[in-house]
Amino acid sequence: MLKFTEDHEWLRIEGDIATVGITDYAQDQLGDLVFVELPAPGATPEKGSAAAVVESVKAASDVYAPVSGEITEINQAIVDEPALVNRDPMGKGWFFKIKISDPSQLERLLDEKAYQAMIA
Amino acid sequence: MSEAHQPIPLLRTPLHKFHVERGARLVPFAGYEMPVQYPTGILTEHLHTRAAAGLFDVSHMGQIAVRPISGQLEDAARALERLVPIDVTGLPHGRQRYALLTNEAGGVLDDIMVANRGDHLVLVVNAACKAVDLAHLRQHLEKACKIDQLPDRALIALQGPLAQAALAGLAPAVAAMHFMEVRTVPILGADCEISRSGYTGEDGFEISVAADRADPLARALCEDSSVMPIGLGARDTLRLEAGLCLYGSDLDSTTTPVMAALEWTIPKVRRAGGSRAGGFLGAEIVLRQLSEGAPRRRVGLKVEGRAPVRGGTNLYADEISANTIGLVTSGGFAPTAQAPIAMGYVDNDLVTAGQRIFAEVRGKRIALRICDLNRGGQSQC
Repeated sequence: MLKFTEDHEWLRIEGDIATVGITDYAQDQLGDLVFVELPAPGATPEKGSAAAVVESVKAASDVYAPVSGEITEINQAIVDEPALVNRDPMGKGWFFKIKISDPSQLERLLDEKAYQAMIA
Repeated sequence: MSEAHQPIPLLRTPLHKFHVERGARLVPFAGYEMPVQYPTGILTEHLHTRAAAGLFDVSHMGQIAVRPISGQLEDAARALERLVPIDVTGLPHGRQRYALLTNEAGGVLDDIMVANRGDHLVLVVNAACKAVDLAHLRQHLEKACKIDQLPDRALIALQGPLAQAALAGLAPAVAAMHFMEVRTVPILGADCEISRSGYTGEDGFEISVAADRADPLARALCEDSSVMPIGLGARDTLRLEAGLCLYGSDLDSTTTPVMAALEWTIPKVRRAGGSRAGGFLGAEIVLRQLSEGAPRRRVGLKVEGRAPVRGGTNLYADEISANTIGLVTSGGFAPTAQAPIAMGYVDNDLVTAGQRIFAEVRGKRIALRICDLNRGGQSQC
């Protein structure tokens, strides 16, 4: 199941784990990324709190936790090579996996059609 | 009816259509709608300029003619020397110099170029400072000079190691020009005022051209396969990497030439003991700082690790102290070095070159090394 947030993140939900990244629209708006800071595995961000940081040539931006939960895995590849997020934002450029603590939070997320309508 | 709350519409340069056709992302800058990047992106644009040639629209900058009322250029030059601590009277015909407009406190009102065009002087000033500069020049020079903003002129910068080859394709005469030389050269039937200069740390040219001839000139230059249009985003990373100041960030009315490490712009003739020592606004303070030093000083900063340290970030002597020793004024990722770099001001009596200091980014202290900023070149880290 693929979901989106109004903050331009995507979540691929499999069971109680969501893989999280930023959308193609977000990476295009940010421009060339040069730095990524990811949360530590085991961290438990609350929905809406800053979980990761991306910096483009121009500016720094927060990536918010789209749901509350525990970080189970991070994508070290984008820390080593931030440009991966620009090249493949919905694939190899994923950020982290989070174990969803409150499944009811998923109800507020956007489906792909609603997200595409929002950025259109 | 009141129109006081209407937003002021953004101005467009003569190259607006050129930018739009090339897919530029346009942003407001100093009252103009300017390209921050093209679809190629800032990193590619930056590296292309260092490797080949980049075309920059800098038409938003002000071009001001200073004409002597007496008809004698020396009168205009002497008058302008009251506002800039450089040697204007000794500036030969067809040459230009970088200069700082100072205020009564020795602070910098703008950083500008001054060119001798034979019977008049031409100043190129920052876009955001245009109106203030014009008023300042008129206030102080009106008895000796006629001050006019040159209307309907575009300004195109062509920068990079292949800039000469690309421009010489249209105007062979430019190949013989020396650094900081200024000439009138016809290109595509239009008289262009060309200087061999720029603000990227690369060889290159700035071309002043009639507004209605700017678009065909930009298109003709881009027909050369080495030339790519470059936005303000890469212009900023290029000048930062070269250790060059951005007015409003690294220079302002509270920073003196000595604080800004720009005392190299002040020649011996305007310093203590020189035949025309002082005689400019703020001279007492600036000349004193030239001999005694300034309380704070602009330095280059090499960042350890990969996190960019941006303008506005506080600097500390160690990892725990709460007392700041300075402030980052410009910072970001240097595409050529593939590492973050910055510049900023530090308290002079607290730091030494090569010292390791710290910046606080998102609550964490990040180490930086203080390095010299050399004259117009790469910062020496």
